[in-house]
Amino acid sequence: MQRQLYRLMAGVAAIALSAPAAMSQELTIFWAEWDPANYLQELVNEYEAETGVTVTVETTPWQDFQTKAFTEFNARGSAYDMIVGDSQWLGAASEAGHYVDLTEFFNTHKLGEIMAPATVKYYAEYPGNSGKYWAVPAEGDAVGWSYRKDWFEDPAEMAAFKEKYGYDLAVPETWAQLIDIAEFFHRPDQNRYGIAIYTDNSYDGLIMGVENALFSYGGNLGDYSTYQVDGILNSDASIAGLEAYRKLYGFTPPGWSKTFFVENNQAITEGLAAMSMNYFAFFPALVNPATNPNAEVTGFFANPKGPNGDQFAALGGQGISIVSYSENQEEAFKFLEWFIKEETQKRWAELGGYTAHAATLESEEFRKATPYNEAFYQTMFMVKDFWAVPEYAELLTAANARIYPYIVGGEGTAKEVLDALTADWNETFKKYGRIQ
Amino acid sequence: MDTVADVMTRLEPNTRAAARGLSDLSIRNLFIIPTIAFLIVFNVFPLLYSLYTAFTDYRASTSAPANWIGLANFRDLLSDPFIWRNFTITAKYVIISVTGQVLVGFGLAMLLNRPIPLKGLITTLLLLPMMLSPAVVGLFWKLLYDPSFGIINYFLGLGKFEWLADPQVALYAVAIVDIWMWSPFVMLLSLAGLSAVPKHLYEAAEIDRAGPFYTFFRITLPLVAPILMIAIIFRTMEAFKTFDHAYILSTQPTTELIAIRLYKMAFLEWQTGMSSAFAYIVLIVVVAITNIYVKYLNKAKAR
Repeated sequence: MQRQLYRLMAGVAAIALSAPAAMSQELTIFWAEWDPANYLQELVNEYEAETGVTVTVETTPWQDFQTKAFTEFNARGSAYDMIVGDSQWLGAASEAGHYVDLTEFFNTHKLGEIMAPATVKYYAEYPGNSGKYWAVPAEGDAVGWSYRKDWFEDPAEMAAFKEKYGYDLAVPETWAQLIDIAEFFHRPDQNRYGIAIYTDNSYDGLIMGVENALFSYGGNLGDYSTYQVDGILNSDASIAGLEAYRKLYGFTPPGWSKTFFVENNQAITEGLAAMSMNYFAFFPALVNPATNPNAEVTGFFANPKGPNGDQFAALGGQGISIVSYSENQEEAFKFLEWFIKEETQKRWAELGGYTAHAATLESEEFRKATPYNEAFYQTMFMVKDFWAVPEYAELLTAANARIYPYIVGGEGTAKEVLDALTADWNETFKKYGRIQ
Repeated sequence: MDTVADVMTRLEPNTRAAARGLSDLSIRNLFIIPTIAFLIVFNVFPLLYSLYTAFTDYRASTSAPANWIGLANFRDLLSDPFIWRNFTITAKYVIISVTGQVLVGFGLAMLLNRPIPLKGLITTLLLLPMMLSPAVVGLFWKLLYDPSFGIINYFLGLGKFEWLADPQVALYAVAIVDIWMWSPFVMLLSLAGLSAVPKHLYEAAEIDRAGPFYTFFRITLPLVAPILMIAIIFRTMEAFKTFDHAYILSTQPTTELIAIRLYKMAFLEWQTGMSSAFAYIVLIVVVAITNIYVKYLNKAKAR
């Protein structure tokens, strides 16, 4: 009996060990669970058809993406060959050795010239201006706005707006106009509200939302090369931007205290709000009548200008990196060579992915392909991002802890909040030796 | 005469057991060893390893080695006003939640501790909340609390009252969910205690014309107190560890319980050493509180 048991165990072991050799080459790409990941799966199926290499896009909800990815990295696991990681992770992942250095690949294929400049700067390069690259820009994204064209174009609404504010009701070009329009359409008794914005503080939702105001008011999060925060984060311009975002919160639907892309799209699909901020990656659902009964009357615009003419939007999007612990790095490089081809990038855009390929972005074909692509194209040349340093998560936690009570709870003043956050970030940078 | 040990260890020759070489004692050990190994790997080792990392600057997200920094993590945590705020919020939450659970659970037990029709079915239905997944409970209570379409506001006529968006109310909203979910546990233990109270004491009290309040405070409560204390101990320990439904319901700073802060520190910020130190501080606090409860429990039992 014992001998039979040993024979059985030996047989199972032999099968298990030989199985990988018998199977065809496979690659796994890890991404967050959202529509672009579905588009990528469709795209990589074409790679499989061409090369016979099976590529699987494995996903997890956004809230768990960072935790799951870094848990695998920290365990030096080989579950993922590539990852479409968030831009903020560049510093943490590259310094910890989780990403393969792609500098040579980048330079050989002249990706700095082929991809849109903002995507190279924020999705691929770390440290800033170092010439070292860790990712190939994959999914360009930024925050834009959707709005109810029928509400804006209603003659009675237009007349009432002109009478109250003294100028024509139209797509807002400035933040002052955005606030006016949000106030105008805020009618709780009619179950209609002015605006939907990000307030989710469990990851980066709230802060990405605030960035749209802060950057456009002329503010900044700090000097990314010197790590100076004093006088920048808590500048008058940053304070004004934060105050503007707080004003907008007053025009959101009730219970709008933990909202991100799902809720902000619902604000349009359920006819709750006149305008809604969201990443462009989520706009395909708004032009689809199956998912948005108001699809025919939904329009889009880029983030408006601030009082001094500054116009920026919070950068989203990700680059695709090769994981250092992958056992298929050679195959992963071949995949990237296929991915960066112009025809592949065009196909990626056709399927719904937001290509970072500059020529594709600038083409008339792309800009006219959907109602929001023009706004997206404009936005991708005026984006700014959060800190991409290894300790970005601590900076994000501190920012959420300070900013959330002010925006949602109305606690304190914008100046107090940003002064306190400046002190927090200084402490964090000192702890990690970034500043003395 | 054969002893039990003899029977257990003796193998008859020429039997299959003898051929396998496995005695009853060996089989018994084989059943126990996996459990002990599991406990060592998943309980004992992490406990000891995290005690070590609590005194280092280790970050699991980097490949840098762990450097011994002594009590620095503990010092930083205990001087961080945000951490003290988390403790205050958690203490407030524990008091509200456990008090609510005891009042509701014990009240339900008192109501059920009599012959009523369909008592078994009613008891079973009342037990359902504590059998649900805390994450699922958090998700559907979030819908119930919604100011626009939630049925709580509808049935209570509260209009668009914001349970989770109002920082002053959010903690109470989370505590209500915990009370709803775990009152059945207290009810169950209280029912057991109530059913053990000798009936003749009530009969004697009735004969002596004792009123309901007297009967409750002089007979029922003192005799049920020990088991009620056990329920309070368990629920207090669990309330301190609350994470699932609180994390899903609200991300307000006023509802950031210790477990949520610990999770963020460990798995979002990857401050592994600091979070280990934090976990040990929480462990010491919970053990201290439990010891106080156990003292009262022993006093109640002695009485």
